[in-house]
Amino acid sequence: MQASDRFNINSQLEHLQAKYVGTGHADLNRFEWAVNIQRDSYASYIGHYPMLAYFAVAENESIGRERYNFMQVNNILSFCLVF
Amino acid sequence: MDIDNEIAKTQEERRRKEEELASLTSLTFDRDLYGGTDRDAYVTSIPMPRGEDDDNALGFRKPAKIIDREDEYRRRRLNQVISPDRHDAFAAGEKTPDPSVRTYADVMREQALAREKEETLRAIAKKKKEEEEAAKVEKESGGAAAAVPKRRNRWDQSQDDGSAAAKKAKTTSDWDLPDATPGIGRWDATPTPGRVSDATPSVGRRNRWDETPTPGRLADSDATPAGGVTPGATPAGVTWDATPKGLVTPTPKRQRSRWDETPATMGSATPMAGATPAVPLTPGVTPFGGTDLQTPTPSNLRGPMTPEQYNLLRWEKDIEERNRPLTDEELDAMFPQEGYKILEPPASYVPIRTPARKLLATPTPMGTPLYAIPEENRGQQFDVPKEAPGGLPFMKPEDYQYFGSLLNEENEEELTPEEQKERKIMKLLLKVKNGTPPQRKTALRQLTDKAREFGANALFNRILPLLMQPTLEDQERHLLVKVIDRVLYKLDELVRPYVHKILVVIEPLLIDEDYYARVEGREIISNLSKAAGLATMIAAMRPDIDNIDEYVRNTTARAFSVVASALGIPALLPFLKAVCQSKKSWQARHTGIKIVQQIAILIGCAVLPHLKSLVEIIEHGLNDENQKVRTITALSLAALAEAAAPYGIESFDSVLKPLWKGIRSHRGKVLAAFLKAIGFIIPLMDAIYASYYTKEVMFILIREFQSPDEEMKKIVLKVVKQCVSTEGVEAEYIRNDILPEFFRNFWVRRMALDRRNYRQLVETTVEMANKVGVADIVGRIVEDLKDESEPYRRMVMETIEKVVANLGASDIDARLEELLIDGILYAFQEQTSDDANVMLNGFGAVVNSLGQRVKPYLPQICGTIKWRLNNKSAKVRQQAADLISRIAVVMKQCQEEQLMGHLGVVLYEYLGEEYPEVLGSILGALKAIVNVIGMTKMTPPIKDLLPRLTPILKNRHEKVQENCIDLVGRIADRGAEFVPAREWMRICFELLEMLKAHKKGIRRATVNTFGYIAKAIGPQDVLATLLNNLKVQERQNRVCTTVAIAIVAETCSPFTVLPALMNEYRVPELNVQNGVLKSLSFLFEYIGEMGKDYIYAVTPLLEDALMDRDLVHRQTAASAVKHMALGVAGLGCEDALVHLMNYVWPNIFETSPHVINAVMEAIEGMRVALGAAIVLNYCLQGLFHPARKVREVYWKIYNSLYIGSQDALVAAYPILEDEQSSEQNNIYSRPELMMFV
Repeated sequence: MQASDRFNINSQLEHLQAKYVGTGHADLNRFEWAVNIQRDSYASYIGHYPMLAYFAVAENESIGRERYNFMQVNNILSFCLVF
Repeated sequence: MDIDNEIAKTQEERRRKEEELASLTSLTFDRDLYGGTDRDAYVTSIPMPRGEDDDNALGFRKPAKIIDREDEYRRRRLNQVISPDRHDAFAAGEKTPDPSVRTYADVMREQALAREKEETLRAIAKKKKEEEEAAKVEKESGGAAAAVPKRRNRWDQSQDDGSAAAKKAKTTSDWDLPDATPGIGRWDATPTPGRVSDATPSVGRRNRWDETPTPGRLADSDATPAGGVTPGATPAGVTWDATPKGLVTPTPKRQRSRWDETPATMGSATPMAGATPAVPLTPGVTPFGGTDLQTPTPSNLRGPMTPEQYNLLRWEKDIEERNRPLTDEELDAMFPQEGYKILEPPASYVPIRTPARKLLATPTPMGTPLYAIPEENRGQQFDVPKEAPGGLPFMKPEDYQYFGSLLNEENEEELTPEEQKERKIMKLLLKVKNGTPPQRKTALRQLTDKAREFGANALFNRILPLLMQPTLEDQERHLLVKVIDRVLYKLDELVRPYVHKILVVIEPLLIDEDYYARVEGREIISNLSKAAGLATMIAAMRPDIDNIDEYVRNTTARAFSVVASALGIPALLPFLKAVCQSKKSWQARHTGIKIVQQIAILIGCAVLPHLKSLVEIIEHGLNDENQKVRTITALSLAALAEAAAPYGIESFDSVLKPLWKGIRSHRGKVLAAFLKAIGFIIPLMDAIYASYYTKEVMFILIREFQSPDEEMKKIVLKVVKQCVSTEGVEAEYIRNDILPEFFRNFWVRRMALDRRNYRQLVETTVEMANKVGVADIVGRIVEDLKDESEPYRRMVMETIEKVVANLGASDIDARLEELLIDGILYAFQEQTSDDANVMLNGFGAVVNSLGQRVKPYLPQICGTIKWRLNNKSAKVRQQAADLISRIAVVMKQCQEEQLMGHLGVVLYEYLGEEYPEVLGSILGALKAIVNVIGMTKMTPPIKDLLPRLTPILKNRHEKVQENCIDLVGRIADRGAEFVPAREWMRICFELLEMLKAHKKGIRRATVNTFGYIAKAIGPQDVLATLLNNLKVQERQNRVCTTVAIAIVAETCSPFTVLPALMNEYRVPELNVQNGVLKSLSFLFEYIGEMGKDYIYAVTPLLEDALMDRDLVHRQTAASAVKHMALGVAGLGCEDALVHLMNYVWPNIFETSPHVINAVMEAIEGMRVALGAAIVLNYCLQGLFHPARKVREVYWKIYNSLYIGSQDALVAAYPILEDEQSSEQNNIYSRPELMMFV
């Protein structure tokens, strides 16, 4: 990389991206990526009511129960990344 | 020989004349010339050359030295001494600190000692004074000593903190008379502890000339740490009775300030640390100034110099070169060979020996080792600085003391590693300071990279003294500060022992008048506190909090506020609380409260969470016994309230009572501060309370309306404004209770003279008008529009303008309206000053707000305008034209179209105006008229007007260009049909030139005009012109052309332009092809959704461009793809976009910043148009690629994808297999997604 590129927007872009939870980098391993995927997935299920409703029908549970379950999984997952 | 005779005759004649005038052996002067023999009347020094002015006139501005713009107070930074390193408790761990290292305890002890000394001195002074007085009473003859001139020494000169009176008493106190040291520093000026004991214990107090730390001194301060600094055994033998010695200033005669002394006396005032002349001025005081410094080291010999000395030196050198005696060879070369004879000097000739004569004769170099008459060297080129060895940048004379040793061509190998390192650092610093930008850049990088290798000690010992150099320039300081910043970042916790040192040089930046210097200072201190940690920062700065020197306290308070903002207020709160409650000294309390003030100023509304605790910390200060503490407390409360506005009134509950009680009991400065605090607190209150408290404070304010004190006036005005603007204060109250007194005291001519008063008064009055209405205020001041003082009229006009612009003119009745117009016309016509905008704006605002009511006055106004358009002063003409553009809309409202037509013709006749400023205004006025009466009714008709404008387009003046292009564009837009197509083509060619304009507004107007013209006469011809213009060399011109093409395409539909444009791509020329691509990029940006019809047409072209070898082709094509994708998102062009994406994707590994940027943006565009899932599929192939370089790029793309559409990715993530083995049980699959109903 040239000297002049060191401080340009692209290097900053990476820095900026790194501020967000869930973004990755070249040294991310399979496990960490998978945890992120799982977290995003459960967060997404919780966020989309129709999805919850669908799962509820499929699992024969109430929607609230589904939501609660997903929350629990998500909490455990967020714990996974902390260590 | 007749030559000899002639010579003899001349000699004789001259001798006679000389006898008449003056003999060379004794001192006589020409009485005709000098008048009398009163030698005191002679100028004994030649004034310093004020070269800067001349240089400025020639356009060569010398780089500004910081010291030149500093006032006395700010120069006190040079009195600070870079203190030796301190103990780092963190690094040392449990170990007992080495006795040679200064610990916090040492510093505090020294501080205490200094304070004690101060106290003792004060007590002694008091006692002596008493004794003296007693003696005086006994024998009435003690008058001799009292004759000592009362003069304030330099320490006091800028200390204006209200204790002036007390100070005067102190300075004149005659406790120092028995010592007979005129001009002695007060007890106040006793050295700060850091200074007295700063590792060269017996230096005593150096005078100001020596304050600049030189490497030499630093070296010996480093060299003797073990001996001196055992705690307690501080300033060896400096007992209180010896202090005056330290303070004895070296010049025996102290009438003039030393700054303007002549070089002759300078000789005796050798600026060497050790050489303070030990003249025992005071019997009983043994001078032992710098006994241990009396062996000057070489670098000490070069000595610290003041800027004046440097200038003098430079200037002298210059004179020296010009006045040096001519050599025989030179004379031979100058004179013809015959007709001249070399004579012996006459026997009576005696070289000038008397010093005074010598001074008058020629400026001699100073008798110091600083400078010697240079050896005669004919080959030398005098203006060219000597090349420094080893590719080093040149050194200025003042750099020699720091970098001189670099010039010694020693063998590097013979030096110790330590010395080599020093040398390396010095070289790098010199390059940073004086080098060319590339040199500087590499040097800076090397310093940063090797910071830890060099070590904190070596680095700071070199950098910090440089920053204390008195001749430093802004740019140099900026660079050095930058070095510190970079180095800090690298050194991190290693800086701890040097925190105080760094603060000493950085703190002055916080009070610099240059905004950027202040910001820079803050940044450094903030980084420093992050690196060193709160504990170290507090330990380093705590002793300075109750330093005797106000300057030190002030800067420390500011630095502390920066620390607070860097490390968080909560962390600092306990410390602040303790400081603010200090029982030991009021200085500590003062500084503590000041820190709170500075915090509020620095971090603004971020104080809100801590507001309550901050107020609690300082509230007791309102009742402090010390007046200064009370003042600063009130000011701090004001700052807190200002920062917290409009919230947080509940935090101030506890201080309301003392504040409101305080305003009844205080006077002067304290009262002003209290009022200020109240002014800022009242706007936070609820309406009812605000009204109540306002009434409470108002009678004091009204009393203070008459105060002669300027500062008080400003504060009162401000507080009135704040009170009046709060909700709870009723109009009736203001009208009856405040207005009469207010106008009586403030609306006087004198207020208009001071800029700040003027502003404040206008603001306050406008605020009152917002409450009481227009009529009240305008009615009171309208008569003053005819006042005889112009500044006053201007102030009235500005107020009326603002009031009327805010509130309209519906309150103004017929009578007032008449008075107003009359007054305004008078003021407008009578103005003479250059600052004419106030009158113009006022006129415009009033006319516009009166609207149709102005109709009866319009003929009169237009008459005035016409008359003034014919004035011989350009300013007046310009203003008249400007006024037309302001009132054109109103004239239309009044249906005065005929009048406007008439004005149009008049303006048209003035288009030959030669002053560009005026011409610009005339064009602006024409534009305003055309805008309101329309193309058809315009007189002169458009077909006459436009040909007249074409040549004006050639004018290079920005204002003319801008107004002209606006007018032409307006005509092209609305009335193109009035002008033949040929004329428009001609204008097109002119417009191409306008694309070169510096001002963006002009270029934009030009580009838009292309669009209008193309619409009027069809795109073909315009397009041909523009496409041809793509071949020009100038980049800006090409860029603007591409924009113009895109605009033409937008206004005339893309299909009229695209064929020709794409055809142009076949021209095998880089610029043209890039221009075409850029046009496409702009085109798709502008046409947006319309792009869906053209995307298939341009795809082959973009394919080609994206495969081109030239980077810029690919970059521009990528940005075209981006705009295209964003435009057609959701319109069913995915097939084409995926196709293009396949061409864009291989470019992701580009490294050139612009290209990679464009590519990334194209991919972002694709994310929007194609959806995240498709882009993710492109991405997946590289996320876990074995090559790191590849992974990095792919993760970058993945991240921007993720940030852009996180949710959409959930559905598209790949299915991962679970990892299930004996030791781990990870489920990666997402079974929910497999569910099926």
